[in-house]
Amino acid sequence: MQPDELILRLQQKDEKAFERLYSLYSESIFGVINSVLHDVEASEEVLQDVFIKVWDNCESYSSKKGRFFTWLLNIARNAAIDKTRSKAFKNQKKNLTQEYFVDILENKNSFSSKVDAIGIKKYIKALGEDCKKVINLLFFKGYTQKEASEELDMPLGTIKTRNRLCINKLRAILVN
Amino acid sequence: MDIQEYIESGILELYVYGALTSKESEEVSAVLKQYPEVEQEVEQIEAALQNLATAAAPYNPEEMLAAIRAKLQNTNGVVQLNAASHRRTRLLSFISIAASVIFLIGIFILLNRTTNLRKELQVVEIENTTLESKLQYSEDALTETKEILAVIRDPQVTKVPLAGQQVAPEAYVNVFWDKDSNKAYIDAIGLPEPPEGFVYQVWSLKLDPLTPTSMGLLDDFVNNSNKVFTLENPNDSQAFGITLEPAGGSETPTMEQLYTLGVVEHNA
Repeated sequence: MQPDELILRLQQKDEKAFERLYSLYSESIFGVINSVLHDVEASEEVLQDVFIKVWDNCESYSSKKGRFFTWLLNIARNAAIDKTRSKAFKNQKKNLTQEYFVDILENKNSFSSKVDAIGIKKYIKALGEDCKKVINLLFFKGYTQKEASEELDMPLGTIKTRNRLCINKLRAILVN
Repeated sequence: MDIQEYIESGILELYVYGALTSKESEEVSAVLKQYPEVEQEVEQIEAALQNLATAAAPYNPEEMLAAIRAKLQNTNGVVQLNAASHRRTRLLSFISIAASVIFLIGIFILLNRTTNLRKELQVVEIENTTLESKLQYSEDALTETKEILAVIRDPQVTKVPLAGQQVAPEAYVNVFWDKDSNKAYIDAIGLPEPPEGFVYQVWSLKLDPLTPTSMGLLDDFVNNSNKVFTLENPNDSQAFGITLEPAGGSETPTMEQLYTLGVVEHNA
């Protein structure tokens, strides 16, 4: 359930609501940022900036436009992508190969209690290469359907249905 | 709309990703509000994606909240403070305005009262001054009267009655002459008021030959309430006469205007 009451209180600049929403969303947003940056220190920095932006710009969120999670996601992805373009970050990551969230999950040993670690590992193994790519572009990189279709050289409709099947697999493992 | 088909189309996943155009997103939001099963589907997609993303987090960043709060205090301290206590601030400012208004009204009332008191004080001060001058006047009058009484009673003082003459047969004057202090008190109660532009002049007379010496004028005759005038008289007078002269007096008496005349008895 989307915590609409908390979001409303955040928009009235209620600090307690901000803290509650932080504890609800910070870890997943941290994951999104880390999937883009592959750098814990830089991700920490960006996560802080993201939640400062959330506090400053919370009035701009409206449930008419979309989900609160999606709104957070957009702020986080944009901030992370901005970071990859910064000079300091580029210099540091000169020899960066094409990495994405899968690498993080595969190399990760400690999982928070919120996530079924074994399930994730299973999922990664079970997930086809196409699914990994689609989810990476649409979810973690924030590509539009059209951009993803061009990047993966797949028809628009196929992207949509393919992704649906990928997420269904994910749900089967992660939800319940 | 076939809801199941809508769900299966995969649009809801794209909606949660934020991969739709803003127009498409708004359309999905509207459907979501209308159909609970669509909303439920979105919740599940979102939960799965949140879990996936959480798995990609290096650790749970709970501890970082303190750092974020510190940054918010530094960069937005003022904004945050204002916003957080918005309602309280509004109440406070209402109370402040109300208090200011009451305070101003209070000051106005006090000022008004002060002005009124000041006016009253002025009136009282004027009354006081008037009373003081009246008292002074009364005291002066009393002193004068006592002095006159003392003169009249003094056995050393020679009383010389002056009788009315041709121009004023009804007139009379008493002169009380204190030879020791060379003072003559002229009791002119029996003289008529002098016409405008004229003044009574008192003369000390030697009889043989008739030599008049001016002793002075009965100045301000009208305003002297008891009509007793004090004049210097160092002369060896044998008689006193009073004539009516033009204002300022004359060198020699105008005998046609002799009002009263009396001879000093030699018994004193």
